[in-house]
Amino acid sequence: MVVAIHSAASRGNTLDLAPDLSFAARQRMAVRDLAETARLWRLCGTLAWLDITLRYRGSMLGPFWLTLSTAAMVGTMGVVYAILFRMNVRDYLPFLALSLVLWGYLSTLVTEGCLTYTLVEGMIRSMRMPYSLYAARIVVRNLLVLAHNVVVIVAVYALLRIWPGANALMVLPGLVLWLLDSLAVCVLLGALCARFRDIPPIVGSVMQMAFFISAVIWKPAQLGAQEWVLAFNPFFTLLEVVRAPLLGDLPGLRVWASALAWSAALCGTSWVLFARVRDRIAFWV
Amino acid sequence: MDAAAATGLQAAIDAEHICVDFPLYHGNARSLKRAVFRTVSGRVAADTKHRVVVQALRDISFRLRRGDRLGLIGSNGAGKTTLLRTLAGIYEPQAGRVRVRGSLNALLDPNLGMNPDLTGRENIMLRGLYNGLKRPLIARLEEDVAAFAELGEFIDLPVRVYSSGMVVRLGFALATAIRPQVLLMDEWFLAGDATFMEKARMRLEDMVRGADILVLSTHVTEIVRTWCTRVIWLDQGRVRADGSAETVLTAYLGQTPGR
Repeated sequence: MVVAIHSAASRGNTLDLAPDLSFAARQRMAVRDLAETARLWRLCGTLAWLDITLRYRGSMLGPFWLTLSTAAMVGTMGVVYAILFRMNVRDYLPFLALSLVLWGYLSTLVTEGCLTYTLVEGMIRSMRMPYSLYAARIVVRNLLVLAHNVVVIVAVYALLRIWPGANALMVLPGLVLWLLDSLAVCVLLGALCARFRDIPPIVGSVMQMAFFISAVIWKPAQLGAQEWVLAFNPFFTLLEVVRAPLLGDLPGLRVWASALAWSAALCGTSWVLFARVRDRIAFWV
Repeated sequence: MDAAAATGLQAAIDAEHICVDFPLYHGNARSLKRAVFRTVSGRVAADTKHRVVVQALRDISFRLRRGDRLGLIGSNGAGKTTLLRTLAGIYEPQAGRVRVRGSLNALLDPNLGMNPDLTGRENIMLRGLYNGLKRPLIARLEEDVAAFAELGEFIDLPVRVYSSGMVVRLGFALATAIRPQVLLMDEWFLAGDATFMEKARMRLEDMVRGADILVLSTHVTEIVRTWCTRVIWLDQGRVRADGSAETVLTAYLGQTPGR
């Protein structure tokens, strides 16, 4: 049997590693890491998709169990909270469906982001792969889950004959911001949690708190005169830049300013940390 | 030399004064600290920030060119696997420099990246993607691996349900399907000879012969004698001896009787 499958020549065939501690050299290595991940996009998508199919392998509905359980949650919570808050179901249900689906993405992403590197330690220690690949895999996986859950939103809108109008297009800049932040969060938390193992539970409880204070199941207007406080809550403003357009509203300037400022801080921190500790992650996992 | 670099890649490994330190962060810090101090005293020191650091590799230098077959020997914990990982670019050295030219394949972990819940076909596809192969090549990889591992219809079943023989064959076929210029290999691969069929050994020998440079870490001196032209004896992270297989092996065996 003559087999001659050689490693792809397109991959950087020369490995040159020296501990160059200069700031610029570290930036270069971090950029190279990202570029390599971009080149491996097919691997990234496949890994993310296999993660999902694996979870639901052997079940009849497959990944649509995600859709179904979200639908059940939206349905029950929608009725109960509409009564509790004395609100019109027609008004409240689309809001809740959107909020729960979007928050589901944010919160799962953050929790799973903590395990970005620790869950794949075997892989990290057996071959050289760009570290951002593992972060991208988690982002893509959660985007796929989100795509399944969007069905619930569409169904609610169709049932209630709601149409958000042209304002919905303003969701696009919000989604771009989400994409950047998602990657940044996974890279940042992944590295921190690989080094300090007590961070994941802390993150878990922070996300739980954030769920209650970030106007996910209640409407911002319910705060009345205190509504301005929400502009300082990064979870709220980031949620709002995507949620408001889909409800037919435009997020205010304050919301956008806050979302952008928090995102800049997050991405900046994440980048600096990644450039600084990238070569240490293999020793931490 | 320049001409060779311009036309095609000439495989080469340059290791210059590599140092690798292992920080120990986890576990019950104090008791672990004490335990480590007692067992490997001398190689463990607390650094300036009071972290415990194991000096896994100390000032390792060597150059390998096309045709070189290097064996790494030494007791457990001498730094053989760490050195292989450093050459593979998994650990980046804290001092010194590693340069590896040519495509590289590191066989360090028998089940490297194999997910038991995925089917054989999916595992093969993933391995192809990890190596940056394009679709037509992945199809060829699948054919080659499936034929060698004799999976038959099992290729579409999760690896979890395979017999242990099938798992070994699949792992082996996957690891040996992609031919590198620089082959880094941990000992399990050759040491487990008894479990492999004659066919497996032929495939492996074929691969080793096909590689421009081989670096092999092992306990078994017989393997070193068969495969290696040069041997480095690692001891506590340092090079204890470096030379032709016969000279170093004689010194090594004289030092550690019973092997």
